[in-house]
Amino acid sequence: MTEKNKSNEPMAIELAKSQREISISEFFTKNRHLLGYDNPVRALMMTVKEAVDNSMDACQEMKVIPEIFIQIDQLSEDRFKVIVEDNGPGIVKKQIPNVFGRLLYGSKFHRLRQSMGQQGIGISAAVLYSQLTTGKPTKVVSKIDPQKPAHYYELGINTKTNQPEIFKEDDIEWQKNHGTKIEIELEAKYQKGKQSVDEYVKQIAIANPHAHLIYITPEKEKIEYVRATTQLPIEPKEIKPHPHGIELGILIKMLHDTEAKTVQSFLQNDFSRIGPGTAKEVIEQSKITTKKSKDLEADEIERLFRALQNVRVIAPPTDCLSPIGQELLEKSLRKEIDSEFYVTVTRSPSVYRGMPFQVEAAIAYGGNIDRESQVRLLRFANRVPLLYQQGACAITEAVIETNWKAYNLQQSSNSLPIGPAIILVHIASVWVPFTNEAKEAIAHYDEIIKEIKLALQECGRKLNIYINKTIRSAEQKEKISLFEKYIPELASSLATLSNESKSKIEESLRKILKKNMSNLLNENGIQDKT
Amino acid sequence: MKMASKTKPKEEIQLLGKKITNQVDKGKNPEITFLSRSLNNIVYDKKTKTLKLGDKTATRSFFNVAHAKKFLQTVEVASVIKKELLDSGKHEHLRGVFYIVKRTIPGTNVNLVDEQVESDKAIEDLEVITGLSREQMHVSANKMGSMVGNLILEDSGDIIDCSKLGRGGYSIPSITDELDFKKIKADYILYMEKAAIFERLNEDKFWQKNNCILITSQGQTTRGIRRLLQRLSEEKNLPIYVLCDWDIYGAYIYSVVKYGSITLAHASEKLTIPNVKYIGITGDDVVKYDLKRHLIKLTEQDSARIKQVSEYDWFKDNKEWIRQFKMMKEMNGKVEIQALAARGISFISETYLPSKIKNKEFLD
Repeated sequence: MTEKNKSNEPMAIELAKSQREISISEFFTKNRHLLGYDNPVRALMMTVKEAVDNSMDACQEMKVIPEIFIQIDQLSEDRFKVIVEDNGPGIVKKQIPNVFGRLLYGSKFHRLRQSMGQQGIGISAAVLYSQLTTGKPTKVVSKIDPQKPAHYYELGINTKTNQPEIFKEDDIEWQKNHGTKIEIELEAKYQKGKQSVDEYVKQIAIANPHAHLIYITPEKEKIEYVRATTQLPIEPKEIKPHPHGIELGILIKMLHDTEAKTVQSFLQNDFSRIGPGTAKEVIEQSKITTKKSKDLEADEIERLFRALQNVRVIAPPTDCLSPIGQELLEKSLRKEIDSEFYVTVTRSPSVYRGMPFQVEAAIAYGGNIDRESQVRLLRFANRVPLLYQQGACAITEAVIETNWKAYNLQQSSNSLPIGPAIILVHIASVWVPFTNEAKEAIAHYDEIIKEIKLALQECGRKLNIYINKTIRSAEQKEKISLFEKYIPELASSLATLSNESKSKIEESLRKILKKNMSNLLNENGIQDKT
Repeated sequence: MKMASKTKPKEEIQLLGKKITNQVDKGKNPEITFLSRSLNNIVYDKKTKTLKLGDKTATRSFFNVAHAKKFLQTVEVASVIKKELLDSGKHEHLRGVFYIVKRTIPGTNVNLVDEQVESDKAIEDLEVITGLSREQMHVSANKMGSMVGNLILEDSGDIIDCSKLGRGGYSIPSITDELDFKKIKADYILYMEKAAIFERLNEDKFWQKNNCILITSQGQTTRGIRRLLQRLSEEKNLPIYVLCDWDIYGAYIYSVVKYGSITLAHASEKLTIPNVKYIGITGDDVVKYDLKRHLIKLTEQDSARIKQVSEYDWFKDNKEWIRQFKMMKEMNGKVEIQALAARGISFISETYLPSKIKNKEFLD
């Protein structure tokens, strides 16, 4: 049954007149908040973040130690210019407009490899935001070879077609062997504090001790983060999906993209941990008769998906991850956080839903950190700081559920502990599960929370030993000083009582104290043999 | 325990100083070892019927975090006693000693003593350590007692006739060791916890009519009065009768006079009077003289204390007393001596006491 309207045409046809394709760019314009550009403060942050994440990933690809220059100029009350320059491999000329001038264009989206850039919609969103708020083009310079000139572009995005619009292109001289520089003008607001660009850059430096960062703030202050190591992180390997880690949509896309002709070879080649035997078992279980992978019907694909979920296979390989590393993380913290005691833990890799992941935790304690307030929690996913949505994050839940009283920190129920400490948690994964598209909070998987807690407990135990030791050594110093103060008193009383010389008694008592200092410190008192 | 009455107190306390100084000279952690005064070392000696210290010893050393301050307090109090009192021949009260000792140790916020109880304890410890009594160390306590009767004594050169001292009677000093009994005419001594009863009996000339000596304190019996009672009992062979409220605290006052106290167990030898007798009030008096309507209801603390006291070694085998405690619980009450006034203002002096003494109605 179809309802009719007055013109006696089917309703659907009438409706179809007003239906048209909505371009991604238009979608973005209307849904900024989903992508992190919902207010001018965050827009500035997102722009810097997208550019820096790209630069870091590019340097990692080229295996070059990152030298990243970040500058924010305030042009007027609500107008800013963000400049980010790296020493990465550069981008070949014909790809520059695609990388910066098309939304959802890129290589990172569907591959399983630990990278920073997984976390934003991409630099082109920043370009679009700039265009929407200022009408100005984005300027890009990129150079791939010291022998060749650099390419210069001024570009934007055609919001209807999602194609790049080039306003100016040129070959120019650039005093750099290779790298990329981007200049984006945007409407924004600069703020200081825990969710500021300043903090983001600082935390990027903490999580990337191999990077050299120079940051010039809108107030023209130059902050330089010197690297703690010249060693590049282990290159994260790309892995094939594990049968337990895929979703139906991904399976459909994999079948569409595969080069394998048969279902059997598709399973064997495009998944990790599936050999000929397992592939056969999956096919049998899903009762597929079709041999060719491209010919699978929708219901067959669904059965195949179920079988893949249920098949018994070993966990995915975990050598694909690249943690910061226990020693380096400590070095990095010592460099950036002024404190007395540092402990870091890197757990062995683990698996949630077929996805390998690895947890690192650290605590900086004492020194100049405020003693009376809740600890600061620094959250990282694939070396990228998470500054928003702390309350919704699995890391926060794990920290709250850890019993910090056992480790000498105060804690009221259902809250972060209180004390002079900073707690850091890093999760590295080929696919970090976020709670939503803003990608600022990690989803609550039991396996992940358990690993975080284990890492925190390990840190906590070491922290506890340290706190006990400092408390004890302070008490011991106090004990010794008390004896030193008591000695003249006792000498004077004894002199009166025995009619002997006070100075002689005092001297003898001091000798006894000196001789038995270590006994007094270790035990309750001197144990006389008599 | 030993009593150092043969050596001079000054020498005895100086000896303590020498012993400690010797240890220091030899490079040893200075320490003092003496009989422990903790509750688990208080024993009831059935043979002598007194509370005494057992043979557990405690060692207090200076270079020990837990002991250092107490050690210092002990030595400092000893030096004050030697220098300020024994050397000069003067006496000082516990309170005065506290103020002499009290000061802040330079460079710290620690006071040598914070409260009087600390210097008092140090003095009690010194009694155990040196064998000297507090009185021998010239330290006195507040006097809180009176005496009347046919007794002439000499106190610091003054001759005092205790039958001619009006309504107040002779004010018993804190230290009674040196009182000299010149002349005495009495059949017994009546000691009572209530000064009000003492005044009643004195006004009624009870001591004259019944040929006895009346002594009172206010509440717990001071060391001075205990020593005085012991001397009158031992030197003059006078029976002593104790008159208290019929409650658990009265019973305890009696037991302190008779057996000694927990805190002064080390000095029992000079303070206890094993053959003292309890004259009243008893539960039987309550019945006999119809005092039930004057019963004051027991509080929870009263009941707890009854349970505690009835389990003391020196009470638990005493059938008469256990029976009294049982009556207190059964009547769920206690009675003050003054309740006798309900039977007539001089009922106590004319009827109650003479009848009890005549019939020898005593508890042991």
